[in-house]
Amino acid sequence: MEYVIEMLNIRKEFGNFVANDNITLQLKKGEIHALLGENGAGKSTLMNVLFGLYQPEAGEIRVKGKKVNISNPNVANDLGIGMVHQHFMLVPPFTVAENIILGKEPIKNTMVDIKSAIKKLKELSVSYGLDIDPNAKVSNISVGMQQRVEIIKTLYRGAEILIFDEPTAVLTPQEIVELIQIMKNLVNEGKSIIIITHKLKEIMEVSDRVTVIRKGKGIKTLVTAETNENELASLMVGREVSFKTDKIQSNPTEETLTIKNLNVKDNRGLLAVKNFSLSVRAGEIVGIAGIDGNGQSELIEALTGLRKVDSGVITINGRDTSKLKPRKITEIGLGHIPSDRHKHGLVLDFPMPENYVLQTYYKKPFNRSGILNFAEINKKAKQLAEEFDVRTPSEKALARSLSGGNQQKAIIAREVDRNPSILIASQPTRGLDVGAIEYIHHRLIEQRDKGKAVLLVSFELEEIMNVSDRIAVMYEGNIIDIVDPKMTTEQELGLLMAGKKLEPKGESAHE
Amino acid sequence: MNSTLKSILVPIVAILLGFLVGGIIMILCGYDAILGYQSLFNGIFSNSYFMGESIVKITPLILSGLAVAFAFRTGLFNIGVEGQFIVGWTAAVYVGTHFEGLSKVVHLPLAILAAAVGGALWALLPGILKAYLRVHEVVVTIMMNYIALHVTNWFIQEKMAAGGGTNTSERVFQTASLSWKQFSDWTAFSRLHWGILVALIAALIYWFILEKSKVGYELRSVGFNHHASQYAGMNVSKNIILAMLISGAFAGVAGAMEGLGTFQYAAVKGGFTGVGFTGIATAFIGANTALGVVLASFLFGGLQFGSLNMPYNSQVPTELVAVVIALIIYFIASNYSIRTLLDKIFTKGAK
Repeated sequence: MEYVIEMLNIRKEFGNFVANDNITLQLKKGEIHALLGENGAGKSTLMNVLFGLYQPEAGEIRVKGKKVNISNPNVANDLGIGMVHQHFMLVPPFTVAENIILGKEPIKNTMVDIKSAIKKLKELSVSYGLDIDPNAKVSNISVGMQQRVEIIKTLYRGAEILIFDEPTAVLTPQEIVELIQIMKNLVNEGKSIIIITHKLKEIMEVSDRVTVIRKGKGIKTLVTAETNENELASLMVGREVSFKTDKIQSNPTEETLTIKNLNVKDNRGLLAVKNFSLSVRAGEIVGIAGIDGNGQSELIEALTGLRKVDSGVITINGRDTSKLKPRKITEIGLGHIPSDRHKHGLVLDFPMPENYVLQTYYKKPFNRSGILNFAEINKKAKQLAEEFDVRTPSEKALARSLSGGNQQKAIIAREVDRNPSILIASQPTRGLDVGAIEYIHHRLIEQRDKGKAVLLVSFELEEIMNVSDRIAVMYEGNIIDIVDPKMTTEQELGLLMAGKKLEPKGESAHE
Repeated sequence: MNSTLKSILVPIVAILLGFLVGGIIMILCGYDAILGYQSLFNGIFSNSYFMGESIVKITPLILSGLAVAFAFRTGLFNIGVEGQFIVGWTAAVYVGTHFEGLSKVVHLPLAILAAAVGGALWALLPGILKAYLRVHEVVVTIMMNYIALHVTNWFIQEKMAAGGGTNTSERVFQTASLSWKQFSDWTAFSRLHWGILVALIAALIYWFILEKSKVGYELRSVGFNHHASQYAGMNVSKNIILAMLISGAFAGVAGAMEGLGTFQYAAVKGGFTGVGFTGIATAFIGANTALGVVLASFLFGGLQFGSLNMPYNSQVPTELVAVVIALIIYFIASNYSIRTLLDKIFTKGAK
């Protein structure tokens, strides 16, 4: 069997920490090989070794059977290894073509020959089915197209082996479908692909073989067709993982959050939430399903006081909050896990203790006549980190230095600790691995069982189906229907999300 | 290498490298580098007059550095420190030349307060424009510098000038003066005044506001991430304006040091003093911390004053002196490369 890449017994240490402990990865020509592992398992380290960014302490790398020493990324490029980074390495004000030729510009009469470059790009674009506009500015194109630019960039440099680092993390579902097609085209044209991911579904769909690593150790390499999501998940996490979240029957009581005839405008001044009414009762989880851009973010911003309510009433614990400021609403009993944890959830350059008191710093015991009591703040941080198992490099580490899963745990710790009567969770598991997802779902249900109201907004159907007690499907700013997750299917939800109302049948009562 | 050791070693190596390269340039230009540096140090330390005058130079730099640093720490770039400094100077002298008969315990603090308020008010407009209309503060504060220069010149000429065609105000009353006869006696009649104490107290206040107070927590939070701060219920606009006000107040007090201490009067200026702009450099080199700004100001002020001595004692021309000083600052500013250099040296040594 011919391997294009062999990484044999690779060992990489950072100080006392072993990031890669004798991992072996063998890539066949023309295959899509998935590298699966939890956040922090050592996937990126291994790929950075292959790409020449790190030097391994032990082990060897062979390309097409020949032993090589990849001392820097240029060597990797020359060997035909190209990397499509998770965070794109593009110059936003440059055009697509300028970005692709950057560092390898064709020169004619001392001038950059952009015309021949564009011609070559068009050829590449056609032969691999990668739709790009060479003259568009990168700052003006969609994330999906930026990724295609990154792919063409590697092909332009003559890559035979492409590494995709978490390629679907930033894409919409439609773009993911396109990407999978592109990857298949690439393999048909004789390229070989390594895809780093922790999304099991995509692995099952796209890969030929999969190598699982856990805590820096290579666990197993499997043929995708001979395995299933459950096996992969337990190999990755190291224990059985249940995809179906266990929960008892909900026992809703009085209405905690009531929204009546709410209208909210978006940034362009158009109505994004139209005559929206919904209630969430104590002791239940209401899921809001829908395709991104149907008014979900405007709805949440209105509920949390960040966006002006055009008309309508929002009641939390019996008080009208539609005209109140965020702090007042928080004090009345709203907790919020925002969808963008870096932008809205945390101050990344603050140490963790200061992040834990972001809404409570002005209250006793943290604040005494204008002076902050850091002893109390640190105590609170320690308590929350222990209770919610937030793992940090050190107690006062910056929020920036935590992994995504731990950042999200910290936000949940902070919000739940304030004991809010209604918890709004917006895309709470975006970008997290199965272990962390399981944990966060468990915490949401725990809130429900403690008699709190939970409003879950998610674009992931599986999550909505698993966690919610009722599902409100949002379409063009309004609720098209409210369904019972036990009596509906993903297909039916999909139709509702696309705006197709179902035939009336025995659905759960609401109001 | 542990990080505390490194954070001490990096600036020291930077300064030494700066001196080294500066010396090479002096030699290449045909001057005696040793003599040059000797006269630089003599220009600071050789007698009590030089030491006193060095501190006079350092005092306003500490405050203007704190002003820039405060804005930096709260997410703003206040290039308007120069203008706020000039307004503070004028305000302090105005109060200092009025209200005759007040006791010193009232008059002096009142004059300093007037400077703080003047500086703060001059920063208010950029703050409001930034907070409510998202107009970038850099543009507005630069413009405000010119307005400050010419408006205060008009004010000094028309309302404060001593008469007889002078461009200078009266001297401030003794009750509003920062000078002290003892200082003058100890330092061979230098202009050394109490301002250095004011500046060090300001550095303490700076540290306390930012690191210990509730207000400072909010300001820093808004500075780092105003989205998350808004989510957490903070009033972003209010905090932006407050940050500009406090920054402007530090700048204004810097002006009071000149108006009540060094010069004891206000005069029509032909151009900017540079104190506000040097504050940008001291804030940067001091990494926007209170202690860092104080140390950086000592370095800057010392070099600036001591270098005046170089042309006399070593014939190194003033222009070359400016180059040498710039080199030293350059090496401190490029501490990243020095960090990398040290890492390389030490990892090799370890192997």
